[in-house]
Amino acid sequence: MPFLDLVSLQKSFGQLRVVKDFSLGIEKGEFISLLGPSGCGKTTVLRMVAGFETPSAGTIRIDGRDVTGLRPNQRNIGMVFQAYALFPNLTVAENVAFGLKVKGADRAEREARVAEMLRLIGLPDLGGRYPFQLSGGQQQRVALARALAPKPRVLLLDEPLSALDAKVRVSLRNQIREIQRDLGITTIFVTHDQEEALSISDRVVVMNGGIAEQAGAPFEIYNRPATRFVAEFVGTLNLLPAEVEDAAAGRVTVAGAPVALGRPVPPGRVTLALRPEAIHLGPVGDGAAALPGRIDDVHFLGSVIRIQASVGDRRILLDTFNRPGLPPPSPGTETRFSFNPADVLVLEG
Amino acid sequence: MTRVWSWVALAVGVVYFALPLIGTVEFSLRKRRGEYSLDAYREVLGDPRFQETFAYSVVMALVTIAFGILLVVPTAYWVRLKLPRLRPVVEFITLLPLVIPAIVIVFGYIRLFNTSSILPLTGSARGTDLLLMFGYATLALPYMYRAVDTGLRTIDVATLTEAAQSLGAGWVTILGRLILPNVLVAVLSGAFLTFAIVIGEFTMAALLNRPAFGPYMQLLGANKAYEPAALAVIAFAITWACMGLIQLATRLQRHTRAQRR
Repeated sequence: MPFLDLVSLQKSFGQLRVVKDFSLGIEKGEFISLLGPSGCGKTTVLRMVAGFETPSAGTIRIDGRDVTGLRPNQRNIGMVFQAYALFPNLTVAENVAFGLKVKGADRAEREARVAEMLRLIGLPDLGGRYPFQLSGGQQQRVALARALAPKPRVLLLDEPLSALDAKVRVSLRNQIREIQRDLGITTIFVTHDQEEALSISDRVVVMNGGIAEQAGAPFEIYNRPATRFVAEFVGTLNLLPAEVEDAAAGRVTVAGAPVALGRPVPPGRVTLALRPEAIHLGPVGDGAAALPGRIDDVHFLGSVIRIQASVGDRRILLDTFNRPGLPPPSPGTETRFSFNPADVLVLEG
Repeated sequence: MTRVWSWVALAVGVVYFALPLIGTVEFSLRKRRGEYSLDAYREVLGDPRFQETFAYSVVMALVTIAFGILLVVPTAYWVRLKLPRLRPVVEFITLLPLVIPAIVIVFGYIRLFNTSSILPLTGSARGTDLLLMFGYATLALPYMYRAVDTGLRTIDVATLTEAAQSLGAGWVTILGRLILPNVLVAVLSGAFLTFAIVIGEFTMAALLNRPAFGPYMQLLGANKAYEPAALAVIAFAITWACMGLIQLATRLQRHTRAQRR
């Protein structure tokens, strides 16, 4: 049985069904990200786990115990909020000690734990400061320490990096993951930033319209999306409409050029989906499919060169690594774009 | 030109507020013929009835403040947290004491809680004190509620509550250790305004026949010349001391003091 078991969770606000039927089993020590667009229900799921929302239906079990009816302060779940939510009248040390004090820990225990937590987040000397005297990144680290201090069974992170600037966001997400691994705490991380979700999670759950479209390892989500929504939402995707010539043999036509996919496809019209890094300039050897097209624009991004091109009336994006001996192609060049048929995602319609 | 009018407006304001006060102070010092003295103040402060009524009103004010805090802070907090749609209704209710005269309220009390009613509060001194305290709390409600509500507006009540709940805190801990300290300056503003209202209140205390400071001031004013002026100056001083204490409390709060820099 999973350590944290969410079974058929549903939540409605009046007539609006925000979470329709959400089930997920999370193993102890796993880091799960709930990823999805605004309004997909990810935060509502998190809030139901925390106890701030009561599910309209469904069950939440932690370590085999049904906690669905328990109040938030009875669940022993740590939570970090987007807006930090540090208590402004308390110092950093008092904030971190708050949960321990509520639990009745004695002074010596509290002081030891606070020191340990402040060391863990890399702010051992800031215990005496007030929240407003800290930067956003420091405040969020204190919020993390505060959530972890009472040794919760589950850690919930509600878009904790959204309010921070890009550089701090990357360093803090790595620190969160490091701390999570060190402590082995079961964690749910809510984000709408796919890079964040893919980079630090054991598994990603992509949500849309109140349901989980797909749950899997980041590699699987990115490379083998189960639905059209997941394919389009996670990463950049080039969509090329194709006419099916032979469904059983997997032969299709794209912009007038034949492509052999080498596997059965649905009959009629399909859409071929390709990641930018799966498309190459020029031929790439035996078995590769190739489409004629024209380079429209070239963006030199340092290690990567992003090329905008046209295949028929469709615009595509492709990424190639920068090679110092090979200058980037010029816009207006007519060329062939090749790809491995195995890298193609075939979407119906 | 605009600048000139600003100075004129300021001067008119200063004259309007300061002149009567200066006149009162000056008059209160003229009890001794031909020279200024503090005789009127000595007489007032030495009057046992002054001490009794003032002590009574101070105690009533403190009890009213305590009751007001217990009533208003959880109510304003709960309305902000759980019933935001009801805020306009609650605000309207808290404003009612401004449009319903104290005399109407106190007659209502006397009618409802007289000795032949189910709850004969006016039948005993303590019961009447309790009734008077409720009356004072009603009169101070618009100021106390607004002060606390403004204080609550400055903090993210919902998120702080959820953060505290996730750390295991119950309602009492949340209110006592997080919400109240964060709106303490606002609560103190409301408290000192309540204090000022209670110290000077006449109608309720007089009609409920309690030995409060307001009726004493009226009595003195009806029978003496210089002492009422001295008493008015003392009452002003008390009010100003309350205002000063609000400022002091704001400055003494460490987390707000540093924020203001």
